Amino acid sequence: MEYNLTELMACVSSRLLEDGKSVLVGTGLPLVSASLAQRLHAPNLLVVFEAGAIGAKIPTIPISVGDSRTCHKAVMAASMDYVMSCAQLGLVDYAFLGAAQMDMYGNLNTTVIGDYAAPKVRLPGSGGGNDAGSLCRSTIILMRHDKRRFVEKLDFLTTPGYLTGPGAREKAGLPAGSGPHRVISQLGVMDFDDETKRMRLISVHPGVTVEEVVENTGFELLIRDEVSETRPPTEAELKLLREEIDSAGIVLGKG
Amino acid sequence: MNVIQEGEGELLGWMDPDEARRWMAENKSRSLSDKRMTLREAVERFTRDGDYFAMGGFGHIRVSMAAIYEMIRQGRKNMAMAAKTAVHDIDVLIGGGIVDRVECAYAFGHELRGLSPTGRRAVESGKVKVVGEISNAGFQWRFKAAAMGLPFMPTRVMLGSDTLRKSSAKVVDDPFTGKPLCLLPACYPDFVFVHVHRCDMYGNAQIDGITIEDIELAMAAKRLIITTEELIDTEEIRNHPDRTAVPFFLVDAVCVLPYGSHPGNMPGLYYSDEEHIAEWLRLSRTDEGVEEYLEKYVHSVDDFPEYVEKIGGAEKMEYLARLERLEVPLEAPWARR
Repeated sequence: MEYNLTELMACVSSRLLEDGKSVLVGTGLPLVSASLAQRLHAPNLLVVFEAGAIGAKIPTIPISVGDSRTCHKAVMAASMDYVMSCAQLGLVDYAFLGAAQMDMYGNLNTTVIGDYAAPKVRLPGSGGGNDAGSLCRSTIILMRHDKRRFVEKLDFLTTPGYLTGPGAREKAGLPAGSGPHRVISQLGVMDFDDETKRMRLISVHPGVTVEEVVENTGFELLIRDEVSETRPPTEAELKLLREEIDSAGIVLGKG
Repeated sequence: MNVIQEGEGELLGWMDPDEARRWMAENKSRSLSDKRMTLREAVERFTRDGDYFAMGGFGHIRVSMAAIYEMIRQGRKNMAMAAKTAVHDIDVLIGGGIVDRVECAYAFGHELRGLSPTGRRAVESGKVKVVGEISNAGFQWRFKAAAMGLPFMPTRVMLGSDTLRKSSAKVVDDPFTGKPLCLLPACYPDFVFVHVHRCDMYGNAQIDGITIEDIELAMAAKRLIITTEELIDTEEIRNHPDRTAVPFFLVDAVCVLPYGSHPGNMPGLYYSDEEHIAEWLRLSRTDEGVEEYLEKYVHSVDDFPEYVEKIGGAEKMEYLARLERLEVPLEAPWARR
């Protein structure tokens, strides 16, 4: 079955979410991914939204992380203080993040491109991104893979990944044992090497070569000894995505 | 406590806790009085040029858009806004030339709909200045510190980032653990509008669904104007006191404004008007388009009820109510498939 790259990223990221865990989601692709996991292997995935909704069964894609769809069949309509306190308390396992730029330690920029004082592009800023990247246990980063986005040096460090390497998060005062877990792009899947905390290629998507991934990365990417091939989306996954989760193509129609 | 790092961002909305206590004691009446007034009067009395302000709600959810349009109509200027995830509100305020400084957690974007042409243009050209960065949780904890009458809230967000470097926060060695800790300064906005589902004439207000950060924000506000979908009898408040999100003694004015969150979402009542927001996103690509929008929906109408007629009246609001109840599928003009 044919699929587009956004659908592939949704499927690959949804497989990382385990039943009985909690995930802080933004709307868009992260929510599609969490909804897919809820409908397949993780029916008891606890979905939380930064604006206050806890434990929703998502009927259709919300446009905002605060809109009424985020409360559908939820267990609690709380507040931002409540959700963010839960994250600070260690109750949120996963969070999804995206960015305009990322470096080899998984640090993210969603604030400006160019000089801060006279930006070439002004982006929205942290939103809840810094909070998710600071407080949740493991973050999953979804991003388009090219040299403009996977960069040696960020124009602005909005959200902490592993900062400058091993021990840097803890030294800065961030919660122990937290940080980026996986990066999923349209080319492959990366994790972070235990020893160096640097990004490492672990699998390439069907039809993509290791060289292609390296060529599209603006920093020196570590490569696992055995790079596997990502399992493509199944028919069941695609059917759910297209017919139930995002039938209007709000997220997945973007290709 | 040893200060390790100080953010370079401008400290907005700050008061010493003793000054705040004095201000609250002198300006917030603990006696019951009828606070109903027109929106025009509330904006005239409680908003001033140069003020630093915040809107209740989040993004395009339960934001008092009626108040936003009235501020533009009254030509407020040089205002600083707390962009605690501000979407359509800050966009039209920037377009209208009302806001020229922003403390930014999230702005210049429309979440799933994409980036905001107006906001970006204004910052990139230097017309609007971002005077400080912060995160969403950081902002609400600034309001929480104020709501508790404390000078700051200790947190573990923003550490190690440029977001902190450009914020008004400080990092100290925590005296208990010895680990670095981020202190977010209390924030008392000059005025705040909170849009609610229902309230009585004294300002006792109920909110359905998530409260976001409005309980804290209502306590932190120096002036608080409640705009409400519906006015209810005080007996209804007293029969369900567990439902009160904002008590009367925090409130300076009550304005009854059905559909006051349009084109945003009002949980349980109506969904966001994607057709209207798409019209804004299309028009706001140019300065002329911004003028056209403001003329059509703000300057050429006298008040909010007239605006509601202009955007499609009862028929449009009934469609948005059905959309909210998931009875019709969402059609978003900005989505592609």
